[in-house]
Amino acid sequence: MIVARLAGRPLLLAAGLVVALVLPWLVYPPVAMDIACWALLAVAVDLLLGFTGLLSFGHAAFWGSSAYVAGLLAIHAGVPFPLAVLGGGVFAAALAVPIGYLSVRRTGIYFAMVTLAFAQMVYFVANQWRGLTGGENGLQGVPRELFGLDLSDPFVFYYFGLPLVLAGLWLAWRIVRSPFGRVLLAVRDNSARARALGYPVDRYKLLAFVLSAGLAGLAGGLFAISHGFASLQEVYWTTSGKAVMMVVLGGIGTLWGGVLGSTLVVQLEDYLATAGFDGIGIITGTVFVLVVLLFRKGIWGTVAAALRPRLARASGSGSGSGSGSGSGSGSGEAAGSPESGPESATTDQAPTGPPDAKT
Amino acid sequence: MSGSILSAEGLVKEFRGFRAVDEVGLDVADGSVHALVGPNGAGKTTLFHLLTGFHKPTAGRIVAAGRDITGYPPERVARLGLARSFQITSLFAQMTPREHVELALQSATSLGWRFWRSDKVLHRFRDRALELLAEVGLTEQAEQPADSLAYGRKRALELALALALDPKVLLLDEPTAGMGMEDVARTVELIQRVRAGRTVVLVEHNMQVVGALADTVTVLQFGKVLVEGPYEQVRADPRVIAAYLGDADAAH
Ligand SMILES: Nc1ncnc2c1ncn2[C@@H]1O[C@H](COP(=O)(O)OP(=O)(O)O)[C@@H](O)[C@H]1O
Ligand SMILES: [Mg+2]
Repeated sequence: MIVARLAGRPLLLAAGLVVALVLPWLVYPPVAMDIACWALLAVAVDLLLGFTGLLSFGHAAFWGSSAYVAGLLAIHAGVPFPLAVLGGGVFAAALAVPIGYLSVRRTGIYFAMVTLAFAQMVYFVANQWRGLTGGENGLQGVPRELFGLDLSDPFVFYYFGLPLVLAGLWLAWRIVRSPFGRVLLAVRDNSARARALGYPVDRYKLLAFVLSAGLAGLAGGLFAISHGFASLQEVYWTTSGKAVMMVVLGGIGTLWGGVLGSTLVVQLEDYLATAGFDGIGIITGTVFVLVVLLFRKGIWGTVAAALRPRLARASGSGSGSGSGSGSGSGSGEAAGSPESGPESATTDQAPTGPPDAKT
Repeated sequence: MSGSILSAEGLVKEFRGFRAVDEVGLDVADGSVHALVGPNGAGKTTLFHLLTGFHKPTAGRIVAAGRDITGYPPERVARLGLARSFQITSLFAQMTPREHVELALQSATSLGWRFWRSDKVLHRFRDRALELLAEVGLTEQAEQPADSLAYGRKRALELALALALDPKVLLLDEPTAGMGMEDVARTVELIQRVRAGRTVVLVEHNMQVVGALADTVTVLQFGKVLVEGPYEQVRADPRVIAAYLGDADAAH
């Protein structure tokens, strides 16, 4: 709750916006764009992981397929790049309909495995369909067209790409704090109860999945335009893993956590790469493990928890505007137990419930 | 009027060969309060799960208001006007009671799909939510996180959630379990009030509650119907006394 309240604070929002605007001055401009794209992907993953309780390990499928589609639209149709990116996002969302339909019935680790499997299928298709994707060579020469403006300078392009990312982040925030978002929290915390209240839980999960995929697609499409190419790396499983890592690092169920996680990971990788370091995976992996061990709520979650007492005092009772928004209660069902049996719809009967009244 | 609003025929639920519910037939008369009683493990909760779609029956048929609802998922059963509470309190830990009830009230609308709207629109349910919370005696705790409530208060919230759906059939699994005397009395009084225009199916161990509320009592044992009839008659039945009622009554 406190995190949601924090995230809604205008001051914090303004600070985030300022950082976003000055970022290409602080870091190498192409890296700034990478941070923004990955932030949106991480937030898309957090929408599922933190606010719906679904750990997707297949978001590379949406990020990557959108990268190809946006690239192809830019190359062959010559459309302005924002349209190419939107086209990629729409394609990713459409792709998420069948994948989501077949996945959302699963929970916990099974959901993660099914999404991973579908993403690997997308990877396979991208690898085989060389004529379209360029296979191992990738899709080269993606232009950045916008009414003939010269966007070749990454510094300039950043400011044209950023609004797309901000729009995506805004949409994620809107979803989380909508009546729909409220239902998602209910699904995350107790899907059996949500069903008993009449909510068709699987359909809600499906819509959340499609929206999340659309956001991941926006991010991936922009990434391809920014780099001028789309490669198999974009649909590879490590991309999904990296996005999940960013969310866990920053803090699950916080939205800001994904942004923070992206900033840290992309920066660290860039730093290590320019230093000519070989084992980037080792370092990022170590940092990841350390953070998970030391700050179980992620960096953002830990900071927010530390601020909590002070804030609570400052804002008085704060009753009226209550919101049930995620406080990073953790992975929800993500690491949770699978449902009791294939035939039972849910498990509301814990094996060790309170003893019944006397008989 | 006096037809049956909810009925089951030859209902069976097996868990790996074990029959928790074994050829149960049930007829709940429209407008009645129908109690399910029986020793622990008799299959009452499992029967509830079957009736509300949380378990798929191994065999048998369930009919609600003339419609065959066998195999319907829980949300569809709920939308047909059968609302249930859970024996083991089942809430959303981080939401307040008011937010719980608002969410329940929202489910009758299509607002839940509007991901582009602000969650402030839920405020339109606020007054009704507070009214329902007052009915179950939760006014003071309306803004506390649900997981900080005392056990009896959580039970009251369970009841408020079921009521918020304004159901035709209200299925309550041990609504007074773990409540103090005062809360039990309040709950009995509440059920008496809300039964108007509704049918209530009740799993209940407290025989005073059953006696005060139930028109019909079905006694389950080992997954089977042992006896069914009006409370006074069932209570006097020697088989029931042997199986269950005698002990429980003596304890009061
Ligand atoms: N999901 C399940 N898997 C296996 N056995 C179960 C399950 N649910 C209930 N049972 C068994 O079915 C029997 C009836 O349980 P239940 O319906 O909860 O009884 P009651 O509510 O009458 O106390 C018990 O023996 C219980 O152990
Ligand atoms: Mg029971």
